[in-house]
Amino acid sequence: MTAWIVVAVMVVLLLAFVLLYNSLVRRRAQVDNAWSQIDVQLRRRLDLIPNLVETVKGYAQFERSTLDAVITARQSALTAAPSPQAQASADNMVSGALRQLFALSEAYPDLKANQNFLALQEQLAETESRVAYARQFYNDEVLRLNTAIQHFPTLIVARLFGFTEREYFEAGPEAQAPPKVSFS
Amino acid sequence: MHDLISANKRRTALLVVGFIVFLLLVGWAAGLYIGSPVWGTAVALVFSGLVSFGSYWKSDAIALRVSRAVPADPATYQRLHNLVEGLCIASGLPKPAIYVIEDEAPNAFATGRNPRHAAIAVTSGLLDQMNRVELEGVLAHELSHIRNYDILISTMAVTLVGAIALLSDLAIRLMWWNGGRVRRSGDRSDSGNPLAIVGFILLILAPVIAAILQAAVGRRRETLADVSACQMTRYPPGLISALEKLKADTTVTHAASTATAHMWIEQPLSGVGDAGRLSRLHSLFNTHPPLEERIALLREI
Repeated sequence: MTAWIVVAVMVVLLLAFVLLYNSLVRRRAQVDNAWSQIDVQLRRRLDLIPNLVETVKGYAQFERSTLDAVITARQSALTAAPSPQAQASADNMVSGALRQLFALSEAYPDLKANQNFLALQEQLAETESRVAYARQFYNDEVLRLNTAIQHFPTLIVARLFGFTEREYFEAGPEAQAPPKVSFS
Repeated sequence: MHDLISANKRRTALLVVGFIVFLLLVGWAAGLYIGSPVWGTAVALVFSGLVSFGSYWKSDAIALRVSRAVPADPATYQRLHNLVEGLCIASGLPKPAIYVIEDEAPNAFATGRNPRHAAIAVTSGLLDQMNRVELEGVLAHELSHIRNYDILISTMAVTLVGAIALLSDLAIRLMWWNGGRVRRSGDRSDSGNPLAIVGFILLILAPVIAAILQAAVGRRRETLADVSACQMTRYPPGLISALEKLKADTTVTHAASTATAHMWIEQPLSGVGDAGRLSRLHSLFNTHPPLEERIALLREI
């Protein structure tokens, strides 16, 4: 009789283990998916930049240094290390350079009237919004994974199978300061 | 914000459990009259369930057809599509089908049995009157309904209401035919069974109480959708501003009807929110919490 009870208890424990393990695997996959979603949006933004540079170059008096800043920022973003922090700082540089470019375009009414330029500006603004949402989603998924790893029964399974907590995407000190835009 | 969300979910669960308990009570009361409480309740539940879940399965098509909604062309309604896509990235939901309804009154609804078969419809009035962040808040509210499976929950509520209505109706009819006697196996005649009176009153009031419970569940889900929307956008002022504009607007949404009233973001029917003597009684049946209450709650986030 007791043998049956022991077997039943072991079966229940095994089932619990399997369920907890599967839930951790699912959470981790969600985090990876969320991370690559950010990448998709960032890529899209980087892909829009060459077009933008070409459109602006036509207005020859446009400050060379601003254009160069955008191109360099894009290059370093393409070759940055895959960690969230490295990506974040490379990305901040791109944002800063783009902001400078759009601020200066205010002084060129012909450029502002260019349909191509306007369409690109709208698309870039939209992409910035999506990058922000993708990062928000990534952080939400990381929160869920980290919380699950820290909760009691799941904690055991996590330690056994080596599930580690992931780091949040943080904007970094550059984003805390107000954006510097110069009209010179 | 997360506390509000889990509190809301807990209260919904409590309400649904209360609903089911109420159904069992009505089943017992009906059983006094039709001779078998278990079978009566089971049959009523199954029949009502079939009807409700049939409509739930096709809920998106039905709701859209009734409201005369037209698919929104991505080229014409670029901002609308862009906002929905951004919110879907933020929440991890697949993008629902988007529809537009020709109606001056600003309003919107969401429908569909699960996130993969969902649809959102907005009125042309809403698109004209709301700015970008307000529109985003409203869309986030609708997406939250989809994410929280509110369509499923209201279907469950409707099923329970249907079952209760069926049972009470059946019991009262049988009682009428039997000449008002309580039929119990082994009973001599209609003896003074005191519980029969309670059962009788319960049966008469049942549909009304069920409607009140259903409205309560609906109001709870509306509050949950408001808070979930703020969690999605991380920007409560957007939705607050939209709700304030809705409060100031008194146009009646013509595309709505009593049957679809619960799905919209704001009560579409006129005559709601009156301040007469019976207003507290009327407010029990409101499909949505009053706008002041919703705005006040969101301001505290």
